[in-house]
Amino acid sequence: MRTLLVFALLSTPCFAGESEFHLKDAPGKGLVEANCSMCHSLDYIQMNSPILDRKGWEASVNKMIKAMGAPVAEGDVQNIVDYLASQYGK
Amino acid sequence: MKSRREFLRVSAGGLVFAGAARWMEFANAAGDFGPASLPSGTLESAQLGSLPGKLPLIKKSFRPPNFETPVSYFREAFTPNNAFFVRYHLASIPQLDAAQWKLSIAGDSVEKPLELTYENLTKDFEIVEVPAVCMCSGNRRGLSQPHVPGVQWGHGAIGNAKWRGVRLRDVLNKAGLKKDTLEIVLGGADGAVLDKTPDFVKSLPVWKAMDENTLVAFAMNGERLPHWNGYPARIVVPGWTATYWMKHVTSISATAQPFKGFWMNPAYRIPKGKFPVIDRFISQESDTNTPITEMVVNSLITGPDNGKKIRQGEAVTVTGIAWDGGYGIAAVEVSEDEGKIWQTARLEADLGRYSWRQWSHRFTPTRPGRHTLLSRATNRAGATQTFELIFNPAGYHNNVVQRVEIEAT
Repeated sequence: MRTLLVFALLSTPCFAGESEFHLKDAPGKGLVEANCSMCHSLDYIQMNSPILDRKGWEASVNKMIKAMGAPVAEGDVQNIVDYLASQYGK
Repeated sequence: MKSRREFLRVSAGGLVFAGAARWMEFANAAGDFGPASLPSGTLESAQLGSLPGKLPLIKKSFRPPNFETPVSYFREAFTPNNAFFVRYHLASIPQLDAAQWKLSIAGDSVEKPLELTYENLTKDFEIVEVPAVCMCSGNRRGLSQPHVPGVQWGHGAIGNAKWRGVRLRDVLNKAGLKKDTLEIVLGGADGAVLDKTPDFVKSLPVWKAMDENTLVAFAMNGERLPHWNGYPARIVVPGWTATYWMKHVTSISATAQPFKGFWMNPAYRIPKGKFPVIDRFISQESDTNTPITEMVVNSLITGPDNGKKIRQGEAVTVTGIAWDGGYGIAAVEVSEDEGKIWQTARLEADLGRYSWRQWSHRFTPTRPGRHTLLSRATNRAGATQTFELIFNPAGYHNNVVQRVEIEAT
């Protein structure tokens, strides 16, 4: 399904109900939304809370980058981890 | 209760293939979204939601769609297709047309590569039907202590169905396997949104692929496969966890090398030597871990519901299901007193060794107050459930004896 990549990104895949889910308001939220929602709905974050400490969230973000190929800018990683650890961490 | 209907667009992949928008309906309703020991965020983000063609199921994630079946459906021997759980790793899910669908049988270890149409698949081979439990490897992950990341499943990433299709063995034999075949590699039409994300590809050891019970299935419970369960055809690997049951299967290839891919390693691994499993996947084993294979013996109390109020002196029927990797359930025992005394439950009809087995037990509370019911299954290989979690980082094989608490007045 590789050839569909461009189309999929342009048409912002969205399952019903997903648009009603909102992350907590805090610095970094926009960055998390922009980077994480490319591949999955943001309810994954709340579902996995509050079970991960900062180290756990860091490992999850790194897995997304290294194993799943998420194109997260290096300079954004700390801010994303900060948001996840402070808002959805244990 | 007021219910709300919303219609919104589904996946881009679906749009591309179907050439038309797909819709999904959501009804927000209060409900039982799983055991209280799930992470609080899991319970807060859960809701009942219906994918097209499905009844309201417990939503774990919207995209990719992960929905679990409420336990009440497990009171039936076979899980209705429209209540069967949905599990995807990757969010680009095409709506396939059986008339256009093709299945390729290829690879270095195949003698004559083949391409089958849906008509070839359904007319050129002997058709068989196998009742079998389909359970996500991560079923009950959400109950792991400590909690581990991943889809936080409760009890409902499981279902029992009659799978109809053709033997994978017959399909492979038509193409002809060379003697050096080690693994059979399975690919499906669904894929990732990003080019760099590893595609969901799995392999089976050739001996399991050639097992007479392993199928390329095109129907479940007498109907065509629901879209969300792999239409038009999926692999069925009775006894093994659902990670191998490739949905929307489009490619099968034979190889003489261990298949390397993210979803074989490091994903779907269990520590070596920790679980009492018999089936091994030797060509994929490392020094420390091994792919998950067969399901461990397990049981679930499906009634009465946790927290139910009953009357002292009046009998209630405790119902449940028990399953394993295909050795067969030898016995289910129920305890009414925190495990001091165990009584043998009545086993219902044996529907086949890969099906779950329903069971029941009459319980009459002789005193008022809280009563704890436990169930414990033992299989014919002599394995039984544990009381303490065998912790592993992915939260697999959770067969800890479950507790249901009811109140007598």
